[in-house]
Amino acid sequence: MTDLIEIFFTVGLWASVLRIATPLIFGTLGALLCERAGVLNLGIEGIMTFGAMIGWLAVFNGVDLWTGILVAAICGGVFGLLHAGLTVTLGLSQHVTGLGITLFASSFSYYIFRIAIPAQNTPPTIEPFQPVDIPVLSNLPFFGEAFFTQTAPTYLAIAVALFMAYFLAKTPMGLAVRITGENPHAAEAQGVDPIVIRYGAVIAGSAMMAVGGAFLTLSAFNSFFPTMMQGRGWICIALVVFSTWKPGRAILGAILFALFDAYQLRLQNVLGQVVPYQLFLMLPYILSIVALVIMSRGARVPQALMQPYRKGER
Amino acid sequence: MAEHVVLHLDSITKRFGSFAANDNISIELRRGEVVALLGENGAGKTTLMNILFGHYVPDEGEVFIEGRRISHGKPKEAIAAGVGMVHQHFSLAKNLTVIENVMTGTEPLFGLKSETAKAKRKLKELEDKFGLVVDPDARVGDLSVGEQQRVEILKALYNDARILILDEPTGVLTQQEAEGLFDTLRTMAQDGLSIIFISHKLNEVMNGSDRVVVLRAGKVTAERDTSETSKEELAELMVGRRVERPVREEASFGDVVLRVENVGLSAGLVSRLSDINLEIRAGETLGIVGVSGNGQAALCDVVAGVLHPDQGTISINGAEVQNLNPRDLSNMKVGRTPEDRNTQGAVGELTLWENTVLERIKDPRFSSRGFVKKSEGRAYCKDLIDRFDVRGGTPNSRISRLSGGNMQKLILGRCLAEHPVFLLAAQPTRGLDEGAIAAIHEDILIARKAGAAVLLVSEDLDEVVSLSDRIMAIHGGKLSPAVETEHVDSRKLGLMMAGEWGGLS
Amino acid sequence: MRIEQREHQSKVLIVVAPLMAVVASLSIAGVLIALAGAPVFEAYKVIFVGAFGSKFAITETLTRATPLIVTGLAAAVAFRARIWNIGAEGQLYMGALLATAVGYQNFLGLPSFALIPLLIVTGAVAGMVMLVIPLGLRLRFGVDEVVTTLLLNFVVLLFVSMMLDGPMKDPLAFGWPQSVPVVDEGLLPKLVERSRLHLGLVIAIALAIMVYVLNQFTVFGLESKAAGFNPVAARFAGVPFEKTLIKVACLSGGLAGIAGAIEVTGVKGLVSNDLSASFGYAGIVVAMLASLNPIGVIFAAIFTAMMFVGSESMSRTFGIPSFIADVVVSLSLLTMLVAVFLSNYRIRR
Repeated sequence: MTDLIEIFFTVGLWASVLRIATPLIFGTLGALLCERAGVLNLGIEGIMTFGAMIGWLAVFNGVDLWTGILVAAICGGVFGLLHAGLTVTLGLSQHVTGLGITLFASSFSYYIFRIAIPAQNTPPTIEPFQPVDIPVLSNLPFFGEAFFTQTAPTYLAIAVALFMAYFLAKTPMGLAVRITGENPHAAEAQGVDPIVIRYGAVIAGSAMMAVGGAFLTLSAFNSFFPTMMQGRGWICIALVVFSTWKPGRAILGAILFALFDAYQLRLQNVLGQVVPYQLFLMLPYILSIVALVIMSRGARVPQALMQPYRKGER
Repeated sequence: MAEHVVLHLDSITKRFGSFAANDNISIELRRGEVVALLGENGAGKTTLMNILFGHYVPDEGEVFIEGRRISHGKPKEAIAAGVGMVHQHFSLAKNLTVIENVMTGTEPLFGLKSETAKAKRKLKELEDKFGLVVDPDARVGDLSVGEQQRVEILKALYNDARILILDEPTGVLTQQEAEGLFDTLRTMAQDGLSIIFISHKLNEVMNGSDRVVVLRAGKVTAERDTSETSKEELAELMVGRRVERPVREEASFGDVVLRVENVGLSAGLVSRLSDINLEIRAGETLGIVGVSGNGQAALCDVVAGVLHPDQGTISINGAEVQNLNPRDLSNMKVGRTPEDRNTQGAVGELTLWENTVLERIKDPRFSSRGFVKKSEGRAYCKDLIDRFDVRGGTPNSRISRLSGGNMQKLILGRCLAEHPVFLLAAQPTRGLDEGAIAAIHEDILIARKAGAAVLLVSEDLDEVVSLSDRIMAIHGGKLSPAVETEHVDSRKLGLMMAGEWGGLS
Repeated sequence: MRIEQREHQSKVLIVVAPLMAVVASLSIAGVLIALAGAPVFEAYKVIFVGAFGSKFAITETLTRATPLIVTGLAAAVAFRARIWNIGAEGQLYMGALLATAVGYQNFLGLPSFALIPLLIVTGAVAGMVMLVIPLGLRLRFGVDEVVTTLLLNFVVLLFVSMMLDGPMKDPLAFGWPQSVPVVDEGLLPKLVERSRLHLGLVIAIALAIMVYVLNQFTVFGLESKAAGFNPVAARFAGVPFEKTLIKVACLSGGLAGIAGAIEVTGVKGLVSNDLSASFGYAGIVVAMLASLNPIGVIFAAIFTAMMFVGSESMSRTFGIPSFIADVVVSLSLLTMLVAVFLSNYRIRR
């Protein structure tokens, strides 16, 4: 029993928490931004997959790592544009469109990947992001190694989350995004075009999702393989609900979730002989469902979420 | 007042499909003037104002503000030119605060920080100047309807509006609130603002405006200075060929059919209805008046079997029904027309016939062993269409194709066809034109004559007075004592609706 | 530019929409094939021939279409009542697993005509449970069933993998993660000799007809449509809203479970981790392509199966990754959404 608790005091656990949390933070923030503007983006799973593939492929073909991230972000934005075109301009079902985008983006990723890299026994690899020690802080005992020796995109994720919190709460455009998600007619009555805002939010949000995916292939691992996303996108959608649509809580939710995930990985080593490993792998998904159940009640959902807006129709 | 024209609508035409909502309309508005745009539902008032504000693009015509042409379809440009609009259904985000609602769109979108403190100071100045007090940090959803309207007006003023448009501004206000509103509008006009308010209520047009523009069927039929016209003249101009609304005749009542005793309903910690007591006898109509949002919806839902009360009993001909569901009620010959025909009364995507039989689908006439008898359903619907003069659809067309009046005739028809012992008529004529109103009133009177107990819930006072034998008012989820219709006047009704019941018998 | 609802939905467009959608998605995918350096028209010809060019090819395509018909029906009935069941994949596996658990030994010594229905019903029950749970969470707690059904897919797949490693592992499979096989009496008879095509196709078509009848002619069909389109009005008219949705969930989940049971008893005889080639997700596309019409589902499933079967021979011939089939199928979902939109609305300048 003490073994189970001791895990919490290992540096390795905490160092891996932020690593596991990073794609979730990006994905959750992206989904959160879309939803704050009133658009549910279930394309997330596919967009993350595409980001992972295209970021990796770009780097494999010789661009540097940050350009790889940028390429992923741009491609994510393009999928966002597609989602916005279908759901905002045409007002199609956000559920079905999002799923369609996930199915398309995933299969398109696999297709491109297979064309670029014909099947091999061992997938080719790239040189991923290396950990960056934050001066001074990384010298702290325990905490230094656990939290301040991450790769650069992890720090970026946290910076983006803090920026998003400020952006939504304190800037005119953040207010425009929120009012569009609450009542697009109120936005329009004040001269803010809800359609433009929704396009912007969905494109930017989708770009973030793709960056989250690229983190997996450019930092957490060094190669791409189909099905690597493992439902991370869907977990992000659950995390948005868990965070009650607040960026600050999104980091917290992602970290809590990653802690759980990191813990179960280590638990497998301890209890793996007794308990089938699949049970541990199931836990993150079950945890997400539990989180949804707990938080769905009384959560202040953006009032216009999933409601298409057409000019002049009320 | 100077004859300075601030707004000129020039030959505006707007068509929806083949229907012309606005037909070559020209209107001028001068500085410091309050103009009433008078017309019935469907006359094209709201369409016209939506064009002015940039929500709609007209097919022909131009809008000039201070002599400058305004591009169509751009609310932003209208706002910049000094037009502010207060919509009938408020354009407010309920989860945001007052100041957030007010500030939206007033700063450059790419600004790094919202200047909230500065905005609050400006808002405070406006509040003081026009006596429109609201807490800037309050969540809009927590405000009363009257306060929300203040926020709407403040939004316009905050944008430096010089022209204010109000669409049916008193529909949701108590009489006192409405009087306060017109005082405020008067103050604004004296300050040099120009105001257009849209209304179909003759009283407030006579009391609140300098000039009246009458709209009928998409055309301007007349323009009058308010001081040189009368209610009677305006009524005739508005309606044109006078449609006579039917009036109830004296009748004798039978035994008590509907009895509601001590009914209470709460949602969470909020009490929506308390101590509701009422009785209606066979052949009698009880009218319930009230300002919207005072518990009418809950009362209708409880009587219709959609909600079950937490306390108290409801009985029909002596049998307790408060826990029965809509189908049981339907089997007991209870006819129910809901408050909102589009969301509650009909499933828009289903056909006419499906909608007419849905609440009686388990009836052996319309199904057996789980299978729907389609041809019987269609025949039944065809019969209703003929008997209640429903136009614009066949049994097989989608009900969403029908106009409001025809949909309402069908919904009422499906109740009346079953010879109800009790009829709930909730807001039966909301948003309908005069012709349809007359037809619906006729149908309700026929049901009453046939011996049904009728519960009429309406915000239209004329309707309640002309159809009801007794009247009660609902305020804050409570009912006033009942008053014989012969003993009410508009002042008394106003007091009742404001919850001042002292001295009523 | 503005979008207006058509006054009359064009009947022609209802039929033409799916064809437009398919042509559009094939055209877009054609660009991808060209980019990969293969002749587009040749490639599509190979796909078609690969799927329908021989008796064997036809039986393969129909074998592939069988589970797609059933998962397509599962999605169609759920979507019609606005239950967004994206969990057919998990429900299918659960159905397959439970059918196998019951059918790996003929405990009661039942003859085929009794054992097979028993296994199918078992699969249906397993699928039902897997959808009624998330629906219950929605009705009780307001949790969006899209996310819960999606997440449950992963849970189920891991559960299946656990069972294949543990209690249901076939000790004779040389360590491969696969289950013990279903007894011979539990297997569906073949329709065509020396092919994989089995009685499941007949069952699938019968189910499509059953769903069609339910939708078109029964009180349940009317009530579920009303509840799906407008819960408030349905409640006002006395439709028992929650009960109706639960019935729909049982039907939808049950169908997906049946798809699993049929696949086990018809094709493989056992459960493995690759029992379903994303039949659950493809079922969503099938349902949408068919505009949720149960009879249309049959044709949409055959089209989808054609893409999957045919693209394998194209892959062999031109070296194009067979993922192109997934691309075409998923694209046709998006193009179908647009096509349906165009048949309901028009864009006016």
